[in-house]
Amino acid sequence: MSADTAPVTVTVTGWGLTAPTAAHVIRPRTYEEAAAAVRACGVRGGIPRGLGRAYGDAAQNAGGAVLDMTGVDRIHAIDADGGTVLCDAGVSLHRLMEVLLPLGWFVPVTPGTRHVTVGGAIGADIHGRNHHVSGSFSRHVLSLELLTADGGIRTVSRGTPLFDATTGGMGLTGVILTATVRLLPVETSLLSVATERATDLDDLMARLTATDHRHRYSVAWIDLLARGAATGRAVLTRADHAPLDALPARARRAPLAFRTLQFPPVPAHLPQGLLGRTTVGLFNELRYRTAPRARTGRLQRISTLFHPLDGVPHWNRVHGRGGFVHYQVVVGRGQEDALRRIVRRISARRCPAFPAVLKRFGEAAPGWLSFPVPGWTLALDLPAGLPGLGAFLDELDEEVATAGGRVHLAKDSRVRPELLAAMYPRLDDFRALRAELDPRAVFTSDLSRRLAL
Amino acid sequence: MKDAFGLPQSLLVLGGTSEIALATARRLIARRTRTVWLAGRPSPALEQAAEQLRGHGADVHTVAFDALDPDSHETALGKVFAESDVDMVLLAFGILGDQARDEREPAWAVRVAQTNYTGAVSAALVSARALQTQGHGSLVVLSSTAGERARRSDFIYGSSKAGLDVFTQGLGDALYGTGVHVMLVRAGFVRSKMTAGLEETPLATTPEAVATAVELGLRRRSETVWVPGTLRVVMSALRHVPRGLFRRLPL
Ligand SMILES: Cc1cc2nc3c(=O)[nH]c(=O)nc-3n(C[C@H](O)[C@H](O)[C@H](O)COP(=O)(O)OP(=O)(O)OC[C@H]3O[C@@H](n4cnc5c(N)ncnc54)[C@H](O)[C@@H]3O)c2cc1C
Ligand SMILES: NC(=O)c1ccc[n+]([C@@H]2O[C@H](COP(=O)([O-])OP(=O)(O)OC[C@H]3O[C@@H](n4cnc5c(N)ncnc54)[C@H](OP(=O)(O)O)[C@@H]3O)[C@@H](O)[C@H]2O)c1
Repeated sequence: MSADTAPVTVTVTGWGLTAPTAAHVIRPRTYEEAAAAVRACGVRGGIPRGLGRAYGDAAQNAGGAVLDMTGVDRIHAIDADGGTVLCDAGVSLHRLMEVLLPLGWFVPVTPGTRHVTVGGAIGADIHGRNHHVSGSFSRHVLSLELLTADGGIRTVSRGTPLFDATTGGMGLTGVILTATVRLLPVETSLLSVATERATDLDDLMARLTATDHRHRYSVAWIDLLARGAATGRAVLTRADHAPLDALPARARRAPLAFRTLQFPPVPAHLPQGLLGRTTVGLFNELRYRTAPRARTGRLQRISTLFHPLDGVPHWNRVHGRGGFVHYQVVVGRGQEDALRRIVRRISARRCPAFPAVLKRFGEAAPGWLSFPVPGWTLALDLPAGLPGLGAFLDELDEEVATAGGRVHLAKDSRVRPELLAAMYPRLDDFRALRAELDPRAVFTSDLSRRLAL
Repeated sequence: MKDAFGLPQSLLVLGGTSEIALATARRLIARRTRTVWLAGRPSPALEQAAEQLRGHGADVHTVAFDALDPDSHETALGKVFAESDVDMVLLAFGILGDQARDEREPAWAVRVAQTNYTGAVSAALVSARALQTQGHGSLVVLSSTAGERARRSDFIYGSSKAGLDVFTQGLGDALYGTGVHVMLVRAGFVRSKMTAGLEETPLATTPEAVATAVELGLRRRSETVWVPGTLRVVMSALRHVPRGLFRRLPL
């Protein structure tokens, strides 16, 4: 992204590197500049963008404006007693962790990467490994300020239609400028981690159902190449913030230090198909075999546990220039059969899904386009060049929609638009609110064009 | 908008009755394409083509377009682009001509050149500008191996395709980084009404095979696609055959 306020025309993609389109990228530094940019939007409109970690086309806008919000990045106030922060939407979760951890506070929800902005976290109403306990990001947002299509700024509070349309609204109701977010108190910056193995999918679901509630964080890495009796075998990782007295004496001297690891970046122009069936199969085998059958109490850093990929800049290039598709779906509680069929179909097809995770979701948020519903979510990466992948994922979508499930819009780059209304029952309300709030469709993205949001 | 696999939701075909184009449209409709514009000279065949594609589930419109009337291109195509985004333009019109007649009567040869080259240059430039304004889209141009090396039997047609081929390569470079993808499709002998009654050359293929190759090329965002794929190797060998020998080859 450019470091300028003057618009430049560049091609933009999401993290999956598919479907590039050209837009005028503007990087406002103040609310006034952002408002001016919104007012100056032409017929092709504009869309806010954070750190571009959405995998698909949510933060791109062909022929129009893309407002790179990472320049609006001040932390205004931290209530270190009450545990809230008021900050600009362009602040990254990484920055928040740097600032807040030493004060004994942690972000309420973190996705698999720290490099997302608060605006992106609200716009996509992201979830983390603690969803079964804490819900999605918007649950912890007390209020926000929204720059709307008319160039005005509104304070939006919880429980209003505009709040519910904006949280998970993919930037289509306006540009979030600031947010007040409730934080989580922690005694240390380490996590106490428990690991166990599940021999197959049913074993995995049983374990997650039985003991998830005991831990704040829970996720399972699933081997989608395993077949037969081992279909859906997995390694479960559960974790809780370690209390001070769980730390060895040496670590107790700086219990709240925030440490990250950095490896060299993945080079550009890697050949496609590097992560084929054999490589991924080997990796999966190793991962499963070397995981302990059951182990508790291991201490790990936040960055190591939650954000292992953040240590490798540009890891998204590993699938080559053709990019990749991140497929994440959820099916509701009681729809375990649908999940079984989906997992069986993926493993029968021998897709080199890497990485793939399964997680149990807790309660849904009121956001109209918010992704999580109580049930099971499966997420996997697949190289876009895989022959027949498009048609195969369409078949899985049918399965998902029939079971009342849905795809995550922040990750989508290919769902059939016709299925969307079934997946998101509040879609019509969302469209109606947009039509009233933004009749000229100033806020438009490639995603909204593709899916007629 | 195109999806992660480069599949378009809307398609504009220039040369709406082309068999290759219609096979491609059918294939794309089976995936993501919902809106199709068939641009061509008004005829019952054009309406039939539209009806056929409707049968496959697309919303199909026809629009009057004559390659030989470049002055009208801006208006004719502008209407389509003004209506909504076009994710893919397939430039498929062309005539083979009749080599013997065209040599005898240069006015006919000019017609071949004007349709395949001048007309295509005009329509491609008009389309490219519109795609550039929308910031996305693929312009797919049907070229031919006949343009790779002049053959005694069809060099008038071949030269027009050679011009189109070079033009399209340059246009692709000009549009690099604008969000617009330009793809050249170099096909060999394709069994269609254009080649009906002609003697087949080796590696003859079908409109459906071209359609498959186009879909793959879209997914890979290729700049050049050969149909069949082996022609790429064959043609690069043939390019180096000395003139005297090439003249005597039964091609
Ligand atoms: C490695 C990795 C792991 C991930 N793990 C998870 C996960 O566990 N759970 C999960 O839910 N997601 C996950 N994601 C997806 C990611 O969290 C979301 O896509 C998030 O929205 C990215 O934030 P961003 O700042 O990069 O926003 P972008 O990708 O730039 O934008 C995403 C959306 O937010 C909107 N937006 C951005 N800024 C604003 C603003 N200021 N106002 C209004 N709208 C705005 C955009 O318009 C767009 O629709 C992961 C992504 C990666 C790459
Ligand atoms: N068939 C092959 O072996 C082969 C091989 C390589 C490349 N190609 C190229 O592929 C393209 C499609 O070929 P095809 O095999 O599908 O042939 P086709 O079925 O004969 O299609 C040719 C199309 O061009 C249209 N056309 C001709 N003159 C026109 C004009 N002045 N204005 C508007 N449209 C005009 C025709 O429309 P009308 O109905 O109005 O005539 C028809 O739709 C052509 O460019 C051809 O050169 C063909």
